[in-house]
Amino acid sequence: MSTVTYVEAIRDGLREEMLRDQNVFVLGEDVGVYGGAFKVTEGFLSEFGEQRVVDTPLSESAIVGAAIGAALMGMKPVAEMQFADFISCAFDQITNFAAKCRYRWGAGVPLVIRGPSGGGIHGGPFHSQNPEMYFVHTPGLKIVAPSTAYDAKGLIKSAIRDEDPVLYFEHKFLYRRIKEELPTKEYLVPIGSADIKRSGKDISVITYGAMVHNALEAAEVLAQDGIDLEVVDLRTLVPLDKEKVLQSVKKTNKAILLHEDVRTGGFAGELAAIIAEEAFEYLDGPLMRITAPDTPVPFSPPLEKFFLPKTSDVIRVARYLAAY
Amino acid sequence: MSCDVIMPQMGESIFEGTITKWLKVPGEKVKRDEPLFEISTDKVDSEIPAPASGILREIRFQEGDTVEINTVVAVIDDGEPQQIKLEEKKPQSTKENITINLKSSGDQGTKNPRSSPLVKRLAKEEGIDLNEVEGSGLGGRITKADIMNYLSERENIAQITRPLVQQAQQKMEIPTRVLSEDKIVPMSAMRLNIAEHMVGSKGAAAHVTTVFEVDMTSVVKIKIKEANEFYHREGIKLSFTPFFVKAVANTLIEYPVMNASIKGNDIIYKKDINIGLAVALTEGLIVPVIFHANQQSLRELARSTADIANRAREKKLNPQEVQGGTFTITNPGIFGSLFGTPIINQPQVAILCVGAINKRPVVINDAIAIRSMAYLSLTFDHRLIDGSIADGFMSSLKKNLELWGNEIN
Repeated sequence: MSTVTYVEAIRDGLREEMLRDQNVFVLGEDVGVYGGAFKVTEGFLSEFGEQRVVDTPLSESAIVGAAIGAALMGMKPVAEMQFADFISCAFDQITNFAAKCRYRWGAGVPLVIRGPSGGGIHGGPFHSQNPEMYFVHTPGLKIVAPSTAYDAKGLIKSAIRDEDPVLYFEHKFLYRRIKEELPTKEYLVPIGSADIKRSGKDISVITYGAMVHNALEAAEVLAQDGIDLEVVDLRTLVPLDKEKVLQSVKKTNKAILLHEDVRTGGFAGELAAIIAEEAFEYLDGPLMRITAPDTPVPFSPPLEKFFLPKTSDVIRVARYLAAY
Repeated sequence: MSCDVIMPQMGESIFEGTITKWLKVPGEKVKRDEPLFEISTDKVDSEIPAPASGILREIRFQEGDTVEINTVVAVIDDGEPQQIKLEEKKPQSTKENITINLKSSGDQGTKNPRSSPLVKRLAKEEGIDLNEVEGSGLGGRITKADIMNYLSERENIAQITRPLVQQAQQKMEIPTRVLSEDKIVPMSAMRLNIAEHMVGSKGAAAHVTTVFEVDMTSVVKIKIKEANEFYHREGIKLSFTPFFVKAVANTLIEYPVMNASIKGNDIIYKKDINIGLAVALTEGLIVPVIFHANQQSLRELARSTADIANRAREKKLNPQEVQGGTFTITNPGIFGSLFGTPIINQPQVAILCVGAINKRPVVINDAIAIRSMAYLSLTFDHRLIDGSIADGFMSSLKKNLELWGNEIN
C-alpha cells in the first residue's frame, strides 16, 4: 500500500499504462516540458521521450482531431484539455467524429480526453465548469468522473484500455485535497459501475465527483439525528449503472440527486426521470435536486461559495425529506 | 345526550372482540335494541343491539378491528345538543423548514388521505384502508414508517392471540410468491380462532382414529315411520342427529373415560354429559353444546338439536352455549363424506365423526341383504384412552344404534 493524492493517482495510472503499452501516448498544452498545468505528467517527458509526450499548439480542436487520427491508426492517445472548460473548442471533433466513427464507418476510436473540471479554486467562469452534459447528450461517448484517488487510478487505466472514446472528467478541487492508501498491486475500476460509498436506509444521495465528499460529510452529521444516508457514487455517467441507482432508491424510497453542475439540463434531471419512470411505486417522497444555480461560475469568492452546493445544503434537504 | 356503544364482554374469559360488520352507518337512525353491529370473539359470534334510540353519530372502529371489551366503538346521539371538540393540530416540525408548498390533495378522514406512490402500493398489496392509518409526515401525510407500523401492529394483534398458529407457521416457512393476479384476503377472526384451535389440539393430544361400520336400518325405519307425525306435533323436521346424540350419551354413561378431560397429570371425569354438535357456517364452523344430553328424551333432543343448529346459523347463540362440552359429534356425512379423521375439540378426549348413511349390500347370516350402512369414526386421545377402550366404546355405540327399539320417546 502507498499513500497518494488524487492527482498522483491519475499520474500513476497513466504511467502504468504507458509502461504497459507502447501505443499509449499523451498530448496537450504544456504536458511535456512543463509537466502539465497541474503537474499530472511531471517527469513523463524524460521517461518516455518526445514521441510519446507531445506539447501541442494552443488549439483544442487540433489536439482532439490529431488524437482521433492517431486512434484510427491504432494508437492509444490520452489528450489533455488544460481546463475542461476549453473542451468546447473541440466540440465538433468530439461529437461529430469521435462519437460517430464506429457507427458511421465501423472504425472505433480508442481515445481518452482528460479534462480537469469543477470549481472551488477561485478559477472563475472559464476555468471552473462542469461540461459533461454536452457529451452525455451525445450518443457514442463514454463519460467518467472519479471522486476518490482509488477510483481515479482505476478509471484512467480502464479508460485507456477502452476501445471507445472516453471523456475523463477529473475534479481539480480534489487534486491535492484527498490522500488515500492505494494497493500497489495493479487493479482496474470498470467503466459503467457505480459504487455505494456509504450504505444507509433512509435516503439515497446519488452523486458524482467532488460532491461525493459533501454527501459523506452530511451523512456523518445526519447520522447523529438518526437519519441514515446512502451515498451512491455514480463514477460513470455514460453508460449509467441504472441498476445500482434503482436498487438504492427502491431500498430507501427517497432520493436526493446532487451534482456541482448547473441545474437545468444537469444529470439530476435525467436521473429523476429514470427513477420516476422505473421506480414510481417505490417513492415515499419527491425527488430532490441539489445543484448549482443556472449561472456562470462566479469568480468572486463569496459568490462562488454561494454558487457551489455545500454540505449544509445536503443536510437541510435531507432533513426535509426525512420528515416529509 | 350522547350514548356510548361499547364492546361487550361475551363470556367470563373473553377480553376482546372483533367487529365483523356494522349494520348501520353514521347518520342513520337507530332504535333501542335494534341490531347495530356484529362481533366475533373466541367463543361466539353475536349481534349486538343498540343501547339507545337516536342517530348513530360516529363509528370509532372499522370492520375487522379487534378492541378490548368496554371500549367505546360508537356513539349514539339521542337529539340533545353536544359540545364539539376541537381537533388537536399536528405538531410542526421543530427542524429548519424549507418553504415548499404542500398542496393538500386530500385530508385525513376523507376518501383520499395524502400518502405517496409507495404507501399506496403497500396499502393495495396488504389490503389496508389508508383512512385507518395515522399520518405522521408533513401535513399529516401517511409515510412509509406509518404504514409499516400499522402492518406490524396488525401482525402483533394476530400474533398475541394466536401464538400456536404463528409457531406452527414458523416451523414450516415455505415462502409463497404473490403474483399480481393473486388476491390477498386477511383471515377473519373466526378463521384465525379455528386455525389456532386445530393446530393447538393436534399439538396437545395424541390423535388416533378408529372406524366402525354401523347398520343404521333400524334407525332409518323409525325415522321414516315417525317423521310426519313428528313434524306435525313439533313443527320440526326429524333428522338423524338426535338419534346419534342419544346413542352417544347412553354409551358415554358406560364409558365415562370418553367423557373426561386431562388436566396436568390428572384425569377429570366429568359428571355432566354435554354433547357438542359441529355446525357448518358459510364463514367457518361453530360447536354449540347440548347440555345434559343423557337426561333428554329423543323427542327433547330432536327439539334442542334443531333449535341450536338454527340459532348457530343465524348467529343467535349465547356465549354459554358454545362452552362446556364434554364430547363432540361432527357429521360430514351430510356433505357425502364416508368417514374422516376429525380433530379433537379441546379439552375433550374424543370426537365422533358420522359418515353418510348409504344403502349397501351386506352379508347377514351368509345371505346378501340391502341395509342402510354408515361408517362412524372416532378420534381419541391416546394419552388417556387406549385402543381397546375406544373400540369397546364404539362396539357399544354400534349396538345401541343397531338395536334401536320400535318407538321414539
